Amino acid sequence: MINKVVKNANEAVKDIADNSVLMLGGFGLCGIPENSIQALLESKVKNLTCISNNAGVDDFGIGLLLKTHQVRKMISSYVGENAEFERQLLSGELEVELIPQGTLAERVRAGGAGIPAFYTPAGFGTEVAEGKETREFDGKMYLLEKGLVADFALVKAWKGDTAGNLIFKGTARNFNPMMAAAGKITIAEVEELVPAGELAPNEIHTPGIYVQRIFEGKNYEKRIEQRTVRS
Amino acid sequence: MALDKIGIAKRIAQEVQDGMYINLGIGIPTLVANYIPDALDVVLQSENGLLGIGQFPTEDDVDADLINAGKQTITMRDGSVLFDSAESFAMIRGGHVDLTILGAMEVSENGDISNWKIPGKMVKGMGGAMDLVASAKNIIVAMQHTSRQGESKLLKECSLPITGLQCVRKIITNLAVLEVQDGGGFKLLERAPGVTVDEIKKATAGKLIVEGEIPEMKID
Repeated sequence: MINKVVKNANEAVKDIADNSVLMLGGFGLCGIPENSIQALLESKVKNLTCISNNAGVDDFGIGLLLKTHQVRKMISSYVGENAEFERQLLSGELEVELIPQGTLAERVRAGGAGIPAFYTPAGFGTEVAEGKETREFDGKMYLLEKGLVADFALVKAWKGDTAGNLIFKGTARNFNPMMAAAGKITIAEVEELVPAGELAPNEIHTPGIYVQRIFEGKNYEKRIEQRTVRS
Repeated sequence: MALDKIGIAKRIAQEVQDGMYINLGIGIPTLVANYIPDALDVVLQSENGLLGIGQFPTEDDVDADLINAGKQTITMRDGSVLFDSAESFAMIRGGHVDLTILGAMEVSENGDISNWKIPGKMVKGMGGAMDLVASAKNIIVAMQHTSRQGESKLLKECSLPITGLQCVRKIITNLAVLEVQDGGGFKLLERAPGVTVDEIKKATAGKLIVEGEIPEMKID
């Protein structure tokens, strides 16, 4: 089995150059590649295009890269709860393409699956439809949306093996599996890295064919945005 | 008396039927889950990848890897299932979710909805709302009838950027329950307790259709 293990996040991201297009897994702060983001902060790479459902919060996740102005463009579905993201968007400092969440997920899935474009009803009649081809099927209107790929996909999984196979936990799965497939080079960070053969093949979510580099991350903060408990 | 947020949530909960798969948006819609009668068996979908949202966790059970679409910590229940975001929206786009409840900034009399952006002032992003409204079989909007400045949010045409066209069927506000008619217009179905038809007329800028006696909402 091909060994895909790299030493750490810094080694994994060292060839991510200025102007790269990145995909980053996660929904809110859940399932984000914390170690790889930290390594990008340290590498000081700039003019990044980041495809990610959210952009973290002001002081965590991709929000850290916004603060240092390493991101030129965000492609996301949701800005809310990130004041710095909203400020840079409204001031025009940051180029932002907002995409419906399901369209974003499917564009990434399509990109990784070799499908150049597909029709979806989401966004018909809205700003999202501007400049896009529309077509009627069975009396309903649809937009043509294109698949997305990236130079690098940065994903986070719960467990992974040396062959790059991944298992996610809870709702931390979200965009990670599709992004793994849509990255020309996919860097997976995992909480627990095991030798190939230790993960049950029936339980693997992302096949290792999509993953080029894998490392065991450390010091996961897993910050919670809305800690809500039962009284 | 106009309803508070909890009142709106309680009235919306009365729309829920046994066996439904339901997607709840952020804000008042999230509160609806608290008022669905125990006798009804429904499954709540969270668009970030979970069917079967359970109750909020105890302090000891908090898990950062288990959140709802509002980023609140949650739990699972018997029969819950986890999946990725593409699968989640396949469920939504494919029409498998029975009921969608979401908030709005404006609704028009032909059922258009705006809820993601105020140009130049505020951008929340559409999140999953555009996917939901484009494909849901049954959409209920939870909203305040008027802005803080007293301006109607039930309009002839939406003034803010659109989230979806002709998709809203039912609207439950702090003042009333209304149904969007096929030919256009808000048909008044119920009044909030103590709120008069005249007050609702004044608060509705779009076409309001009033036929016969309008009953008061029944809220515990």
